[in-house]
Amino acid sequence: MSDAPVLSLEGLSVLLPRGADRSHALNDVSLSIASNEILCVVGESGSGKSMMANAIMRLLPGEVGIEAGRMMFDGRDLCTTEPAAMREVRGAGIAMIFQEPMTALNPLRTVGDQIAEMFRIHTDLSKAQIGARVLSLLEDVRIPNPRAAAKAYPHELSGGQRQRAMIAMALALDPKLLIADEPTTALDVTTQAQILKLIRDLQQRKKTAVLFITHDFGVVAEIADRVVVMQHGKIVEQGTADDVLNRPAHAYTKQLIAAVPPLTAPPPRPLSSDSILTITNVAKTYRTGGFLGRGARVTAAVKDASLTLPKGATLGIVGESGSGKSTLARCIVRLIDPDHGAILLDGKDWAKLPRDEIRRETRHIQMVFQDPFASLNPRRKAAELVAQGPIVHGTPRAIAMTEARELFALVGLDPSAGDRFPHEFSGGQRQRIGLARALALKPDVLIADEPVSALDVSVQAQVLKLLGELRERLGLSIVFITHDLRVAAQVCDLVAVMKDGEIVEHGLVADVFGRPQHTYTQALLASVPGGAFAREHQAAV
Amino acid sequence: MDAAKRYFRSPAAVIGLVLLLAVIAMAISAGVLYPRDPLALAGRPLVWPFTNPRFPLGTDNSGRDIAAQIFYGARISLLIGGVATVIAVAIGTLIGAFAGYYGGWVDNILMRITEAFQTLPNFVLLLVLVAVFGSTLTTVTIAIGIVSWPAPARLTRAEFLSLRNREFVQAGRTLGMRDLQLILGEILPNALPPVIVYASVVMALSILLESALAFLRLSDPNVASWGNLIGLGRDVLRVQWYVSAIPGIAILVTVLAVSLVGQGLNDALNPRLKSR
Repeated sequence: MSDAPVLSLEGLSVLLPRGADRSHALNDVSLSIASNEILCVVGESGSGKSMMANAIMRLLPGEVGIEAGRMMFDGRDLCTTEPAAMREVRGAGIAMIFQEPMTALNPLRTVGDQIAEMFRIHTDLSKAQIGARVLSLLEDVRIPNPRAAAKAYPHELSGGQRQRAMIAMALALDPKLLIADEPTTALDVTTQAQILKLIRDLQQRKKTAVLFITHDFGVVAEIADRVVVMQHGKIVEQGTADDVLNRPAHAYTKQLIAAVPPLTAPPPRPLSSDSILTITNVAKTYRTGGFLGRGARVTAAVKDASLTLPKGATLGIVGESGSGKSTLARCIVRLIDPDHGAILLDGKDWAKLPRDEIRRETRHIQMVFQDPFASLNPRRKAAELVAQGPIVHGTPRAIAMTEARELFALVGLDPSAGDRFPHEFSGGQRQRIGLARALALKPDVLIADEPVSALDVSVQAQVLKLLGELRERLGLSIVFITHDLRVAAQVCDLVAVMKDGEIVEHGLVADVFGRPQHTYTQALLASVPGGAFAREHQAAV
Repeated sequence: MDAAKRYFRSPAAVIGLVLLLAVIAMAISAGVLYPRDPLALAGRPLVWPFTNPRFPLGTDNSGRDIAAQIFYGARISLLIGGVATVIAVAIGTLIGAFAGYYGGWVDNILMRITEAFQTLPNFVLLLVLVAVFGSTLTTVTIAIGIVSWPAPARLTRAEFLSLRNREFVQAGRTLGMRDLQLILGEILPNALPPVIVYASVVMALSILLESALAFLRLSDPNVASWGNLIGLGRDVLRVQWYVSAIPGIAILVTVLAVSLVGQGLNDALNPRLKSR
């Protein structure tokens, strides 16, 4: 690590437009990256970490300007580099990979063509030479069948393959510095593990400096040589990965690390022998396209799923995107009608109830949604949102509104905040409103569909804690859908692992995560970023 | 409140509002300023504007006061524009909402009906309706409303298509709301802003449609409308051009005002689109 710094930021300050929630996006940021090292920048949303990446690339939005400081790269100050000269730096000197490879790639051009563009712009290579280089790059990033991938359009590749193509493009000209802005956040956990390994391998082979931006301490533990922790546009701590992760000095770092859910499950709680919800052989198949039944695309989203939820327990359903876990959840609350199977709740078969009966019975089973921004009607006040359910079920308005305010206190919100609109709340607060809305009907069973996935890790910890308390206090039984095994380990008593619409393994959390039987469960657990850190971390708490 | 603030920040929107208020003031003050019937004979025919202080805007070919007709015409134009817009937007939102919310065969049937209306040129359909049902003020207004609903219907449908699968609608469904509660209470308020903006276009078009009818002398001849005046002026267009030009300017100003207000509303209600 003794190499000379490739990039050094000296007292960099970036000014935000007036009316933003703070005056500076970055405030007096100083750091340096040496060649052949991976520097992870960690912080929660709004900490300014992506702003920093954009500042280095000089890709800041028009109303945001660099106020002070220097960014020394390759003997010149990027703060004062002319836009024309900056174009030579971008791509050739500093390359960047983005979070969402689907939007970062041009959908109308083949992957190979887009990688070749790097050479066409920056070099004088002939067409044949470029073609050969593109192929070797795609081999480097270990895309299966590189020749076919070069001819494919972005939508024909999977998310992981697209990110590999992006990495190939970024590394095309052997840049000295690679900026990776949350490159694995949009990917499934097994794909994420592969991409992290790939970045690590390529970095070591090419001796590239990597500035890796992430919100996930698991990823940090997996990949970082050194770590910079940011909060509100300031660096609060930096040091080697080992120091920061295991001996955090700053209170904020400690708080962030403590909020990372460890992978090991807490000691099991006694489970009731009565089951409240029993699902047997539920299946849902989607048919799209085709004419008169010919040529239709058939997708079996859920195949013969059977599960039981004991009274007062939390059943986790984990799986990667497309595994059918959300479809199953929506079948249980009948947002989607299952093709066949039985969903027994309180002696009634929900899979076969007629529509108007579901409307009456719906107070027994409620749902919390993933996206705290999309799941609240933006045109209703918070208290009204919470009171809506009871009003629909015949509670007089005045009583429902009073109860709504009591629920606000229950979920840890200021009862006087009921007169505000959803956009005036933060993500975590909105999720609490969503929870209050579901609880307003006093349900027996709560279906939570990725309720904390859109939240920052510290907020996530608070919401999970709240959910645990409410479960105890109200005797709730919960079905908890998540893609994050660490979260599942923390809140669930039982867990079911889904893959391609099938439940491949289920049982007590400690059993499934401690002694996974199915190869897919084993692969999932092995892919959890910073697995070793997550397990040791438990001991530290 | 934010929307109001954003509205008044745009000079074009404020000018539009001022012009529209001026037209409304004309409509209100018509009865006070010109207590006599605007269609009664007032003086010599074809007096040029600014030549006789009794008739600041002159008289038409049968000696009626043009200024009085302009003031009373504001009433008719606003009335027709307003009522026809309400009819068109009401039918359009209803059909669009049901088509977008239910999808499937409901959507298919409703959209085929909409297309059937859209394939006929508006004005031809309007002529047919007026020819069949006669040309009183009421039938003309209703007919204009009936030929103008397809566009708001398609707009509402598009909004509903994107909103009906939002999580907050699903949340409403899990709370046990009925379809009608979801459509009216949850989705419609979120779908309305673009429809309200488009309503200004419908209003401007309605005023123009009525003028076009009147120009062909197919509108209600017993009311003082701008279109009627233009139609009258047609006979003396080459010499006494002002008979047609003055109500023409009135229509221009009103349509411009309504459009500017609509544009201002659009920017105020969809602030993100504007800053882009």
